[in-house]
Amino acid sequence: MADNGDNDSQHRVNEGDYVVLKRGDIYKAVQIQKKKKTVFEKQWFFLDNAVGELYGTTFEVVTGGTLQPRKPKLVESSADAKEAGTDNRNILDDGKSQKLTRDDIETLKEQGLKGQEIVQQLIENSTTFRDKTEFAQEKYIKKKKKKYENSVMVLRPSCRVMAMMYHGREPGKICHLRYDTLAQMLTLGNIHAGSKVLVFETCAGLVLGAVMERMGGYGSVVQMYPGGGPVRAGMESFGFPSHFHDTLHEFPICHVNALLAGALDTEAKDIDADSGQANGDKSNLTQTGPEKAESKECSPDTKDQCMETSTSTDPAADKEREEREKLREIRGQERKVKMEEKRKKLAAAAAVLEGRNADGLVIASRFHPCPVLLGLIKFLAPSRPFVVYSQYKEPLIECYTKLKEQGGAVSLRLTDSWIRHYQVLPNRTHPMLLMSGGGGYLLSGTTVATDTPKMGSTRGEEPAAKRLKLTETTEG
Amino acid sequence: MSFVEYSEFIQEGDIAIIFLGHDSMMPVKVQQGAQTQTRYGVIRHSKDLIGQRFGTKVTCSKGGWVYVLHPTPELWTLNLPHRTQILYTTDIANITMMLELKPGSVVCESGTGSGSLSHAILRTIAPTGHLHTVEFHQQRAEKAAEEFREHRVGHLVTVRNQDVCKEGFGVTGVADAVFLDIPSPWEAVKHAKNAMKRQGGRVCSFSPCIEQVQKTVEALADEGFQEISTLEVLLRVHDVRTITLPLPDFGSDQPLETPTDTPVPSNASVLCKTTTPPRDMAGHTGYLTFATKPSV
Repeated sequence: MADNGDNDSQHRVNEGDYVVLKRGDIYKAVQIQKKKKTVFEKQWFFLDNAVGELYGTTFEVVTGGTLQPRKPKLVESSADAKEAGTDNRNILDDGKSQKLTRDDIETLKEQGLKGQEIVQQLIENSTTFRDKTEFAQEKYIKKKKKKYENSVMVLRPSCRVMAMMYHGREPGKICHLRYDTLAQMLTLGNIHAGSKVLVFETCAGLVLGAVMERMGGYGSVVQMYPGGGPVRAGMESFGFPSHFHDTLHEFPICHVNALLAGALDTEAKDIDADSGQANGDKSNLTQTGPEKAESKECSPDTKDQCMETSTSTDPAADKEREEREKLREIRGQERKVKMEEKRKKLAAAAAVLEGRNADGLVIASRFHPCPVLLGLIKFLAPSRPFVVYSQYKEPLIECYTKLKEQGGAVSLRLTDSWIRHYQVLPNRTHPMLLMSGGGGYLLSGTTVATDTPKMGSTRGEEPAAKRLKLTETTEG
Repeated sequence: MSFVEYSEFIQEGDIAIIFLGHDSMMPVKVQQGAQTQTRYGVIRHSKDLIGQRFGTKVTCSKGGWVYVLHPTPELWTLNLPHRTQILYTTDIANITMMLELKPGSVVCESGTGSGSLSHAILRTIAPTGHLHTVEFHQQRAEKAAEEFREHRVGHLVTVRNQDVCKEGFGVTGVADAVFLDIPSPWEAVKHAKNAMKRQGGRVCSFSPCIEQVQKTVEALADEGFQEISTLEVLLRVHDVRTITLPLPDFGSDQPLETPTDTPVPSNASVLCKTTTPPRDMAGHTGYLTFATKPSV
């Protein structure tokens, strides 16, 4: 069962790969392109030397902007037998203990000194270092290393890495969805290979990518999208193999009502998938088609009408006109092909949705979740999970209430997740000083059949309101 | 039915989850001619379950009704017979993501315990991955293997009855991820490293006590693991309620016509749709320590 060199290739970085650069807690998603300068943490370098190395390798950025694989770290020489103090009662924080100036350090950098060596210089030129306690010395060294070390780790993209990156760098783009909340969504939604999952998100494609990773290229994903087109930047950064994209469909929400009413005509040749004109009426769809198709260029059919009336008999002008016509025709054909492709895609997505037998629904957007959920839940088969994320609690309270009223869902739960990181060091173990204040809220539940009319009173999951005098206790 | 694949109709031999109402569920093994007693009456498997769609409402003999749900690892976690303390969905979700589990992953786990995490792992790594799970208690190991077969996931898992700290996981150089939930995880770190692929992988250790965490972190660092990180997660549930808040009566601001008249008390109140926290919540399950095995 030992792996041989052949297995290695899938673990090695290739040109064109999407990777994630890491230093400490900072991540950045980039694509490996040779001879292209990349900026990361105020440093510019080329990623060329990463090609062929194993994922997870740590590199040093050397002068000139190239990467050099770092030798495997030898066990740090323990700081025993080094001088240290017992406490800080006599240490004065006057800002004068470091003898090297900023210019001195710059000079050292220019001379090409490695991060480790600069840190060593700082230690030697600090008057108070040897008075610090061992713990304080360790902390000092860690801090300086963080500042002057220029190592970069090249990671394979994964949901974990991407979610942490987006949450650290651009939380606004993902509706402040924290990574542990995303983890809950994937599990509560029972996202797994072979299922059919609907995703509605405005999280730059991160949630879509996370769902697709868990599907492994099996089954199908339908991305419902608002507006002109689906946003997939985050998903692309996962670097999925091309066959994954075969399982991905997209469907504009402006056609949802038409589809539900059975009035979406995907056979109409002139349908424009991005048209906001759809209003569930067949005739309307075919009518708006040709108008959209024409836009600037004339379609080949109307070419004759658009063509300038030829008045001159100049052969050069004639030839020019001929070429222009040819170009118009080519472009017209290209547009027709594109429109046909779009139509086919829309039809394919509609076919996947029509059966109303999706296995899971994941919603994470800046839109009010209530109408989104109530609209899309109709596409789910019975006994399937759905999970809705919202940055705020109140919209989900509304969702909960409306779902209770209309029925068709059980095990409704409004939750949020609390996460805390720890520093674990001998005699210095404690929770981190800074903690995330919040990671958003989730509403999760399971669909059930809705054929039978509601009997009498609902077996309310919400306990009856208690009398004011009694202390509140919840049922079972 | 299987725990790693949905199906539409209930068949004999399936596990189904009977949903009785507010947080009340029970697992049922569907069999021809069998009956299940519930507080709403009897459910006859042959008539009420077999051939029905998952998710339908079933009326019981006394007239009350229940829903029959398709099993999922999450529902199983809430309904499985406990042979040990188990991991709950909140921790499981984070473990799954932080270990980067996905279809095709090869995972080593110890101890198997009651199989709560095992089912969730199997769901995520199917159809091409494999789980090697080690349990040192013989009966628990046997029961787990039996359950995996019954749940139609036996082909994805290998149960070994041995002590992971002494004998390891039974495989070397194959795992993308290793999970440890044992009393002395630091004793298994070397075995975890050996079980993992040469090119690297992720490891996770779950321990209720901080002292265990400290020893494990030290062992991981000694073995050259990187990105060592310890965290804990808790789930907060919000109970949606409509509450009625009476409004105070500060009386009228007009002088009373007759001093002896008592003002008519107003019964005005306001309805609020809000959430309240439950009285108690899970305050601690365990610390999760993650690390990455660097490529050699």
